[in-house]
Amino acid sequence: VHKSLFISSGFHLGIILLSILTLPFISKPIDVPPLISVELIQIADFTNIPYAPKAKKIIEKNKKKNEKLASDQAPPKKIKKEENKEVNLDKKNEIIKELAAKKTPTPEKKLKKVKKEKLESIAMPDKKKEKVQLEEEKKQKPSKEIKKNKDLKKITTLKKPNIKDVKVKQVSEFEKKELFDPNNIAALIDKSMEDFGETNKKKNKISQSQDSSMDNLKLTLSEEDALKAQIFGCWSVPLGLPYNKNLLVRIKLKLKPDGTLIKTEILDHARMNMPGQGFFKVLAESALRAVQLCQPLRVPTSGYERWKDLQLNFDAREMLGG
Amino acid sequence: MDKLKLLTIICLLFLLKTTNSYSLIKVDITRGNLNPLPVAVSPLFQDNKSKNEIQRELNFDDLGSEISKVVENNLKQSGLFNPLSKDAFLQKPDIAHLKPRFEDWALIKAQALITGKVSVNNGKLKVEFILWDVLAGREMFKPFVLTTVPNNWRRVGHMITDIVYERLTGEKGYFDTRIIYVSEEGLKTQRVKKLAIMDQDGFNTKYLTLGNELVLTPRFNPKNQMVTYLSYFRNLPRVYLLDIETGIQEVVGDFPGMTFAPRFSPDGKKIIMSFAKDGKSDIYAMDLENRIVEQITNHPSIDTSPSYSPDGKYITFNSDRSGYQQIYVMKSDGSNVKRISFGNGLYGTPVWSPRGDLIAFTKLHKRKFYIGVMRTDGKGERLLTENFYQEAPSWSPNGRVLIFYRETKTNEKGEGFSAKLWSIDLTGYNERLVETETDASDPSWSSLLSN
Repeated sequence: VHKSLFISSGFHLGIILLSILTLPFISKPIDVPPLISVELIQIADFTNIPYAPKAKKIIEKNKKKNEKLASDQAPPKKIKKEENKEVNLDKKNEIIKELAAKKTPTPEKKLKKVKKEKLESIAMPDKKKEKVQLEEEKKQKPSKEIKKNKDLKKITTLKKPNIKDVKVKQVSEFEKKELFDPNNIAALIDKSMEDFGETNKKKNKISQSQDSSMDNLKLTLSEEDALKAQIFGCWSVPLGLPYNKNLLVRIKLKLKPDGTLIKTEILDHARMNMPGQGFFKVLAESALRAVQLCQPLRVPTSGYERWKDLQLNFDAREMLGG
Repeated sequence: MDKLKLLTIICLLFLLKTTNSYSLIKVDITRGNLNPLPVAVSPLFQDNKSKNEIQRELNFDDLGSEISKVVENNLKQSGLFNPLSKDAFLQKPDIAHLKPRFEDWALIKAQALITGKVSVNNGKLKVEFILWDVLAGREMFKPFVLTTVPNNWRRVGHMITDIVYERLTGEKGYFDTRIIYVSEEGLKTQRVKKLAIMDQDGFNTKYLTLGNELVLTPRFNPKNQMVTYLSYFRNLPRVYLLDIETGIQEVVGDFPGMTFAPRFSPDGKKIIMSFAKDGKSDIYAMDLENRIVEQITNHPSIDTSPSYSPDGKYITFNSDRSGYQQIYVMKSDGSNVKRISFGNGLYGTPVWSPRGDLIAFTKLHKRKFYIGVMRTDGKGERLLTENFYQEAPSWSPNGRVLIFYRETKTNEKGEGFSAKLWSIDLTGYNERLVETETDASDPSWSSLLSN
């Protein structure tokens, strides 16, 4: 009997020793940099918000400029090449740097990165997800720019297909023969295939294991705003509530894919019948009415798994206090 | 060892995956609309036998729809509800009371539905009613039954409104209440002023004095149906007490000099008022049981318009001790006097809300009168309404609505002159004229009659 005890304790000791030796933060405390709170916001690929008229004008201007540049100064292929080169260079650099150059809200992202690296393993998936996303974005970015030039359309079409269906590609190129020097096209195809082949590979590596968790992300800003705006309109706030009390009611919904309700549940149900909390019942009921009235909810068209369970926090403090 | 590593990694991954899939999307809803809630008030159903008896008792037979009209009007006046037109109703009152077809009511956009039944038996009026949540498809309380004499049918309507209002808004109603005011008639130089009382919705007006003496500032006792007011006797103001139920009137006492603005304490056992003496005016409180008068302020300035906080611990009043008339708060023993109003203009007639959180006041600034509210520390001042002359706000018993009077010209040329009662709620949007038979001033709102 004692033998096994010794073995066990020896084994435990071993593990403890191992952890002391290998895990750095047990022997000496790691210096955690001051925490900077960063809000993680999901941004959809395409905005649901219509352009403001001003912004639209600017965009149109830019478009025109680009077209002019393309037609006047240089033959289109050159631009192409330059851009591709850029992408190439970027790829060789570290991902973070590339982000810094290409994406606008870099400081935040950088901070995030720094923080994440110092954090422990639990934070890892987020980081990975971000990378995946960013890479995707990067992939799309050049394509958008290129789209503006007529002759570059090819490349965008080439990005998606895998290397096997070369035939199809050639047919499509054939159609646009007049615009192109076929030799150039060949060169382009090669280049683009190389580039995007690479990115595709990279993406696959990271994302395969994360694919399912991608579905569990939050709603994007515009999706959330659409839903909020809808419920704002349906919720008649009971005006008689005491505004110095806790006026938060949380409601959990189960939704069908079309946004209609299967089930609603008040999360702090115990408060419903508590003495002195009569107002809570009124508030909860008004929230339930709002959800009922808003059916079907304006939910995103895709990713049902993500939002089939939804929690709405109705807070009347902002409305009534003040 | 490698295997172990692999295993732990797999375990970790699994853990991460599960925590991920359980993360719930949360959306914060911090805004809503302040539109009035659409409510359907179905006419109360009555059977034929009752109909005959109602006809005999009241000289009209459609009591059910009359009561529903009272309820409808009350809800509408509150500004928080939007009673839907009866023409749109798809269901008969009797069936709706048994089991409403919620789809039909949802179709006309009703969110709440009131149904009921009226019967008169042996001179007794019995009213049963239910409030339904149309969207949830269920009743919001068990059927309520009220029994009374048929002549009381208007009050039944008010009581129904109170119950419905409380259930839907979370605060007590104020519909089964009365308003006492000074009724005014005649030319401005020969004004006949009488005490008058009416239901909160302007019906059932009764005159309590004959009008041969001037009456001023009637105020309800917050606990019962007693009123205190000032009346002139041999050119000297006297403080009177009047029991509205019995009609018994008594003089509280003769006080030296001018007396102003008597008002009850929240427990109804004291009267607080101000006396003018030797060119200054101070605040006094009188115990109604032993008639002992206690001086509360002693300052060479003019202190008037005292009003107790609902817990009786503080008093708010206005004073010109800073040079201009401003609002002050002190402990009920007169200590710890603090000025709370600091805006431009003059502040007067502070009244503490029955809810305790706000003080209503009249403000005079650049020749305009405002009725406003501020928190008890003087912060958060909000002006609710503006006019050339308006004064004397009085709170509804739930602290949501203020009633006051406003003097206006009778025509657009600026001729003539009339004083009317107006009400406004705390949002400042729901301002309404309260219909009175004559001109009216100095309103005071009673507490709930059913208390």
